[in-house]
Amino acid sequence: MGQLMKLRHRQMVWIGVALILVLVWSFYSADGPKTTAVLAGTVRAATLLALGAMCGMIGERSGIVNIGIEGQFLMSAFFAFTVTSITGSLAMGAIAGVATGLTMGWLLAAMAVGLKVDQIIAGTVLNIGALGLTSFFYDRSRSLGVSKYTNVDVGSLADLPLVGTVFFSRPPLTYLTMALLVIVHIALFRSVWGMRTRAIGEHPGAAATVGIDVVRLRYFNVTLAGGFAGLGGSYLALEAVGTFSRAMSGGRGFLALAVMIFGRRTPFGAYAAALFFGFTTALQNHFQLNSTFDIPPQFVGMLPFVVTIIVVALSGLMGSMRDPAALGQTYEKG
Amino acid sequence: MVPPSRVMSRSILRSVAVPLTAVVLGLLIGAVLIVSQDASPLTAYSSLLKGGLGDGDALLRTLQKATPLIFGGLAVAFAFKAGLFNIGGQGQLLVGAVFAAAVGFGVDGLPMFIHLPAALIAGALAGAIWGGIAGALKATTGAHEVIVTIMLNFVAGNLTDWLSANPWKDNSGSNIVARTPLVEDSATIPTLGVVPVGFLLAVVVAAGCWLVLERTTYGFEVRSIGHNRNAAHYAGIKVGWIMASTMAVAGMLAALGGAVESLGVDGRFEAGVNVGLGFEGITIALLARANALGVIPAALLIGLMEAGASRMQFKAGVAPELIDVIQALILFFVAAPMIVRWLLRMRQGDSDQLQLGAGWGNS
Amino acid sequence: MTDLLLAARNVTKQFPGVLANDDVSVELKPGRVLALLGENGAGKSTLVNILFGMYRPDGGQIIIKDEVVDLHGPDDAISRGIGMVHQHFQLVPPMRVVENIVLGAEPTKRGLVDLDEARRRVVELSKRYGLDVDPDALVENLSVGMQQRVEILKALYRNADVLILDEPTGVLTPQEADHLLTVLRGLTETGVGIVFITHKLREVLAVADDIVVLREGRVVGATTPDQATESRLAEMMVGRSVVLRVEKATAQPGDVVLQVDDLKVNDDRGQLAVDGVSLEVRAGEIVGVAGVEGNGQRELVEAITGLRHVAAGAMAIAGKPSTNNSTRQIAGNGVGHIPEDREKHGIIAAYSVAENSVLNRYHRKPFSSRGIMRREVIYEHAQSVVEEFDVRTPSVAVAVSSLSGGNKQKLIVGREFSENIKLLVAAQPTRGIDIGAIEFIHRRIVEQRDKGAAVLLVSAELDEILGLADRVAVLYDGKLMGVLDANVANRERVGLLMAGITD
Repeated sequence: MGQLMKLRHRQMVWIGVALILVLVWSFYSADGPKTTAVLAGTVRAATLLALGAMCGMIGERSGIVNIGIEGQFLMSAFFAFTVTSITGSLAMGAIAGVATGLTMGWLLAAMAVGLKVDQIIAGTVLNIGALGLTSFFYDRSRSLGVSKYTNVDVGSLADLPLVGTVFFSRPPLTYLTMALLVIVHIALFRSVWGMRTRAIGEHPGAAATVGIDVVRLRYFNVTLAGGFAGLGGSYLALEAVGTFSRAMSGGRGFLALAVMIFGRRTPFGAYAAALFFGFTTALQNHFQLNSTFDIPPQFVGMLPFVVTIIVVALSGLMGSMRDPAALGQTYEKG
Repeated sequence: MVPPSRVMSRSILRSVAVPLTAVVLGLLIGAVLIVSQDASPLTAYSSLLKGGLGDGDALLRTLQKATPLIFGGLAVAFAFKAGLFNIGGQGQLLVGAVFAAAVGFGVDGLPMFIHLPAALIAGALAGAIWGGIAGALKATTGAHEVIVTIMLNFVAGNLTDWLSANPWKDNSGSNIVARTPLVEDSATIPTLGVVPVGFLLAVVVAAGCWLVLERTTYGFEVRSIGHNRNAAHYAGIKVGWIMASTMAVAGMLAALGGAVESLGVDGRFEAGVNVGLGFEGITIALLARANALGVIPAALLIGLMEAGASRMQFKAGVAPELIDVIQALILFFVAAPMIVRWLLRMRQGDSDQLQLGAGWGNS
Repeated sequence: MTDLLLAARNVTKQFPGVLANDDVSVELKPGRVLALLGENGAGKSTLVNILFGMYRPDGGQIIIKDEVVDLHGPDDAISRGIGMVHQHFQLVPPMRVVENIVLGAEPTKRGLVDLDEARRRVVELSKRYGLDVDPDALVENLSVGMQQRVEILKALYRNADVLILDEPTGVLTPQEADHLLTVLRGLTETGVGIVFITHKLREVLAVADDIVVLREGRVVGATTPDQATESRLAEMMVGRSVVLRVEKATAQPGDVVLQVDDLKVNDDRGQLAVDGVSLEVRAGEIVGVAGVEGNGQRELVEAITGLRHVAAGAMAIAGKPSTNNSTRQIAGNGVGHIPEDREKHGIIAAYSVAENSVLNRYHRKPFSSRGIMRREVIYEHAQSVVEEFDVRTPSVAVAVSSLSGGNKQKLIVGREFSENIKLLVAAQPTRGIDIGAIEFIHRRIVEQRDKGAAVLLVSAELDEILGLADRVAVLYDGKLMGVLDANVANRERVGLLMAGITD
């Protein structure tokens, strides 16, 4: 029975992909530049969500819930922006952002795993702390100083119609994210680290009895995951927007969680979900600038959040998107 | 046998020690941050105190600030008792605020003793629905309330933005800002001297929550689910129903906070004001150890700091966002009590010997 | 040639409030089976966890292959050749058999896990030791017996010279248990040493070469099967002559109280757990349901008490239909239930003794009226229950979590018995509690029977059933294998029925 469901699920995915391609083609034929702009915007928005989702899934696969991705985005964006502004180097800023993410990841691990604080509360501490600290130290007069990351063409692939602009003419951190999708996938499902990570998320006791140090691996993973969120913050400040503003993460850290669940806690699934959410964001921006249809921008803005609620409710009903069994539970040794 | 009263007083002392120390630690680290901005902690904190307690105006401000914090804290604490995380206080507050304002300005010719309660009830109902959605989804589909309430926060933000910029917009004069018209006098919450009636309402509601949780069968069922869902189900308690209703009550509580803001403080609903108020409820609830009565002193403390923040900025040159940082620090120390316990040389095992049953008098 | 494969010398281990191991010494030589016998809480698991490196001993030494060692953790023990098969399996359910076996010792190729190599090794091992498994099956889809094989293969994969098994036959049918004992014998022939923890006397006599009896953390006897008898071993285990049968008068059964007709109930996975069971329990009699755990007992009890949906069939209590009624309706109809898992279903740990004493009736008069709880009445009721049922607690205001298991169970029993009940459903009523509490609860159950209640007793302890029941029913694979009168029910006949063999 399970095999049958899997087959139908596969077919439905292919049918869905085909439908989307048909739609895209017809829109492109109707109005090329607008379609390209919206799709480019989609990838732009999806990158941040995908990074957040990868942060969340590495933690959750290990059994730790992280609702502090929002705070990690914000704090990392702040440091990336500030360091670039001071040093004039985008690369240094990007690294600073990643380092911030790693540090906050470590803090979450220390609270959740070390101090056995409830994981939701620990994540909330990250969020509230990030908002407070970034607002407190925010200097309105500061600017980036240099121009943000610009598009880099991938040879002649960038000349292809539509896909060329959308996928092959992107700034560097976007490419990095796409590469990370592949790396994380291989690591999670084929490497020793990946197998052990999945084990501690499902049954930490079993892993402990075969000699795996559950506490150490969780610390490592949650810290590492923070690096992804840190990269997201760097991306936000240095590539997507080009500056810092108060609370600029705008809820996308939470959306990333939805993307993660929707994508079944796998990198490629998450990217597909991220593209979907990114599409609604790009659409909202498009309508605000163009007012082609008379839909109030606030309703388009609501869309990703409403969809998330529906998705989460449905996944509960369907039960097919199972959480790792030990998710959220405090681990007691012995 | 040990008399319950002796067990009780020992336990109350212990419950206050951790939050109190957390506050002190937060203030200490805050002092370090103040120094990093080349200001004097002494000046900063004394002007903070004066700004919150110094005169009648300050006192009024403190009580006004504390009011939505009490409601917000109750909204989180009540849900906590059922084992649910209500992170949706912000959205619930917004819908409460806008719907109360709508009844407040949209109807005229009613006497106050009808109009004001009606507006408050409108806001409360809106919040009950907002919270109830999350609760119902949790009960029927198992959807985690953390994600749903956070999402609903953003939906509420968008919704109330649109409402105050379109159908319910204040089109008088040359106004372009997204806000509702002023509410009628008959729907405005009065102030008695320095005490806003909204604050009194908050205290009464807090007491009411405590009574419901500790003395009624409904409260017993809520707490049972929070402690042990399986045993509660087995004892015949309708778990889904309690979860959904608890979230609705929590939503209603946060919404009342918003309603009081609209009707008693701002006089209208304006988009973009009241940001972040809902999240502070989490800090309050944790400071109060999810105790409905404990929410009051916790809210007064934070309210005091917020009321005094502008004076602190004026006199000591310290940004008011410092208060946010101190709150985050307090939250951290309350959430990770091990650090505080270690400092106070309190052992974990201290409470093992005679743990007072959660129901009798520990509140 | 090693002399001592594994040994503990004067090992002591203290936990807060309890001396778990007190100067314990045991020895295991190659190719031999050492049985550790003892009741719950005797210290067997603690000792074995020390030998496996999970705990550090406070005093004494551990010897592995003639060498004194200081173990830093399970991986240290594993690398020295000690393998452990836990009572509660330590397997990752959604992962495959082969993944579970190699977890922690994964073969790699170019930095990634080499599943082909892993599979090859697993197949080779399973053939060598007669432990047949499908390497690519998901563990969550395997039967309990199969899962145990995976656990054993896990240890063998790591070249274990010593295999420690903690209560391995608790969840097996008699057939599977026999097969296991054969496999163990085969292992000893290759020089592997086996430590076998159990509280089952017959198994000890069937398979052990050496027997060590533990009681309250101390070694109270070391012997061999030739020198020991069941009753002598039992006496060493418990410390005095054990009355294996509970004193009771003959039953005087009256009208039918519980009527179950062709009941079909599904388990959590949607598969049929109770397969057409029909049963009657009359007032004034105790019907015991025997069977290895996992044969539908839990689902049957949950269906009767309203915790689980009935897929087909019908039930009636005292003549009134009760199929798919809510727990509250059924309890209100005069049914008392001692739940199988007291921590999960029976009590709320954070609540006081008083609150727990009314967990089943708090919503009714006199404990509450018009939605308000009446503390004084509840308090008084709790006092009387505590006195009557010998619940040792400093105060009824104290959290129930501070009570011992036996006292918690007595509180639950007192709660369920304090109203006049027509039907008592008792599931594993004396699991994990001390002898004194066990005897107390047995006596009160018989008392209820004599007062005219119908009693349905479900237990995995065959001795408890044989000691208490007036009639013995056996569940196997969800079906009722037979109902025997107490005077013809003995271990052999019931054991056969438990294994699915009808005469």
